[in-house]
Amino acid sequence: MNLVLRLAWRNLWRQPRRTWLTTGAMVFSNVLLVFMISLQFGMYRLMIENSLQAFTGHMQVQAQGYNDDKKMRQTVPDIVPLASALRSQLDSDEVAARATAFALASSEERSYGIAVFGVEPRFEPHVSSIPGLVREGRYLDSNEAPEIVIGKVLARNLRVQVGDELTLLGSGRDGSFAAVVATVVGIFDSGVADLDRTIAEMPLGLFQDVFYMRGSGHQVVVNAPRLGQVAELKQRVAGLLPEDQGLVVQDWDALLPGLKQAIQADISSAVFMYAVLVILVAFSVLNTQLMSVLERTHEFGIVLALGLKPGRLGRLVMLETAMMGTMGLLLGALIGGAVTAWLGIQGFTMPGMDEMGAKFNLPSRLHPDVTIASLLSGPAVVFLFSLLASAYPALRIRRLHPVEAMRSA
Amino acid sequence: MINTLRILTMLAWRNLWRNHRRTLIMLGAVVIGVWAMIFMTALTMGMVNDMIEDSISALPGHVQVHHPDYLDDPNITNLLPLPEEAIADRFRSAGFLAWATRIKVPAVLSSERESRGVTLLGIDPQREEAMSFVDYSAVEGRFLEGPDDAGIVIGRKLAETLETELGKRVVLMSQDPDNDIADRGFRVVGLFSADVQAYEEQYVFAGKKTVQDLLRVGDRVTSIVVLGDDYRDVEPVFAKVSALVDDGVTVSRWMEIDTYLGTMLRVMDGFVLVWVIVIFLALSFGLVNTLVMAVFERVREIGLMLALGMKPSGILGQIVIESMMLLVTGLTIGNLLAWATIKPLESGIDISVVAEGMAMMGAASVLYPQLRFEDVILANTVVLILGFFASLSPAWRASRFQPIEAITRVN
Repeated sequence: MNLVLRLAWRNLWRQPRRTWLTTGAMVFSNVLLVFMISLQFGMYRLMIENSLQAFTGHMQVQAQGYNDDKKMRQTVPDIVPLASALRSQLDSDEVAARATAFALASSEERSYGIAVFGVEPRFEPHVSSIPGLVREGRYLDSNEAPEIVIGKVLARNLRVQVGDELTLLGSGRDGSFAAVVATVVGIFDSGVADLDRTIAEMPLGLFQDVFYMRGSGHQVVVNAPRLGQVAELKQRVAGLLPEDQGLVVQDWDALLPGLKQAIQADISSAVFMYAVLVILVAFSVLNTQLMSVLERTHEFGIVLALGLKPGRLGRLVMLETAMMGTMGLLLGALIGGAVTAWLGIQGFTMPGMDEMGAKFNLPSRLHPDVTIASLLSGPAVVFLFSLLASAYPALRIRRLHPVEAMRSA
Repeated sequence: MINTLRILTMLAWRNLWRNHRRTLIMLGAVVIGVWAMIFMTALTMGMVNDMIEDSISALPGHVQVHHPDYLDDPNITNLLPLPEEAIADRFRSAGFLAWATRIKVPAVLSSERESRGVTLLGIDPQREEAMSFVDYSAVEGRFLEGPDDAGIVIGRKLAETLETELGKRVVLMSQDPDNDIADRGFRVVGLFSADVQAYEEQYVFAGKKTVQDLLRVGDRVTSIVVLGDDYRDVEPVFAKVSALVDDGVTVSRWMEIDTYLGTMLRVMDGFVLVWVIVIFLALSFGLVNTLVMAVFERVREIGLMLALGMKPSGILGQIVIESMMLLVTGLTIGNLLAWATIKPLESGIDISVVAEGMAMMGAASVLYPQLRFEDVILANTVVLILGFFASLSPAWRASRFQPIEAITRVN
């Protein structure tokens, strides 16, 4: 082993209790950071995936302004041909057209205001999990038939079952009166309360007739193979759109701004907490290293008098910190990773997770997943700030005068 | 005894400042830790408090009375089995902070251009002023004037979506108890704004009498809403309301109606404790380290004191007192710093960049930190108690030194 390394290592163990306590502070913070960061990002990923899979999709082609106002007449013209053109050009089935309107749905006993969607029964299953979640009856299968699929809560509130008829009253695209009687053929249970309570789906062809859409619709949903490829696919889709129709592609964070912002708000409060932890560790290191430098004033005086450059002594102190930091990093990442991985397999829950999960589309049992990033990002920051904290004691050595230093006790 | 304590205290205080750099660094860590505990707690509690107050003002009230099926199926058929007069007779003299009867049912509101599903509230505006989320005086146009007002008041955001404005007509559709469509034109007389934007899209207000006539329900209502003094303590109101109503109805506390918020309140109270303890643990490594160093430097002098006849308990006390002094000083400065940073923020922190995210969590886009006395006490108590235990180990070790060995030890 190199001489300087050995010197630094031995210096570290002149006061084993102190070194262990300082390393302990690092390990404590690192374990916490690894666990929290893994949990957090695992949760975000689930929140996004669950919210998007259910209905919204990764991106949507819409008329300019529709995303802000959601007005009936902000339409995408000739939406079915557009969707099929996109399908063939992207060589993907995960493209489906929709149109939507608000309507009063009446059963024999009850009436509720709902959002009705006209969907393409053949392609909707590729972009939304709702068709697969039909628990009673079946999903839509024809593009024209007067059939409707509704959410479980809505079915309960309307007191209807598969086979019953629903009357929908609303206004068409031109503001005229629109009405249709449709048979409930399926009831879905998505687990997302908002969807189960307020959404009904009917064939797009029927929808366009009833609401006077003249071939238009409101959104073409396009899914990317993975969340990470959304930006790239968005570019491609934007390039394929016909010009002069004022169409735009909105990706998921524009479609569900609340989701991204909820995540951002959560991240910023988490960053504050992590920062406090890291700073406290840095103080611990500063204290330890300053003490260890002050203790050695006498000995530093001697080696300086023997001709050692103060810079080398400073580097020695930094090296000691780096060694301590490495131990903290390795132990922290190891213990943190093991604990997190174990909880990832076992799954764990917190009090209140049921209610919070329902709000953010999360399961009530969480499985944090350990990734290289979640394992190393926190400990790396702790390591960096520890080095930074020991800069002050290391620089103090430059102010030592050999003779005075040797005289000190 | 008192004298010994005085000497120990003086010794401890002087010892603390023998190595002022180390003490100052440790003090800095304690100050930052305590500041972070209190600051973060104030932000969290502020957010939870806003969420709950907003939500309670939209429910509204702390306790509500409904037909047993209403909460699951908020429909006009699930009316309270009591005529309004009978309710008023019982509630009038019960001494609640505020109470009201209302009709709350789903409906569809249409302008000439758009339709939206909304929640229709048929209210008596005078009765609800104290508990509503709508600030009557800030309504554009005017708020409802009485239970038989013929106008409708809708949210600003809803007016924008429906492309309607003050003075224009809108059509309201709902059902009567026989499931016949009940619809009626209303003139928009007022536009309200709300802290939580979703309320502006969801709720529309009309006179209670007008709504009763429209829905053909006579003098019946769907809900009684009652406001108490403190949302954290609703049991007295709950008991009083339960005694006033008959068996055939359900009385619910706000945390049963809005389970998400009820849970949030509990979870956040727990979170605050966890946060305080985590910060303390991070601090404790430094604290113990400082004490270990302090003892290590003074081995010979501790040995001398023991040799001169100081009791081991004196040594123990001296070091524990030294540690507590450090913590108390840190706590004092940390508390002051927290107070000084929270006070100027109490007028509200604008977090509207993430407004829609906060709305998803159920919070408004302005955060009002809430510095609660009990949270400050909690943080200080945790630090002092755990600090005491953390300093016991180095202090115990020091008090067990063998005088001879200690005096002759060479550093």
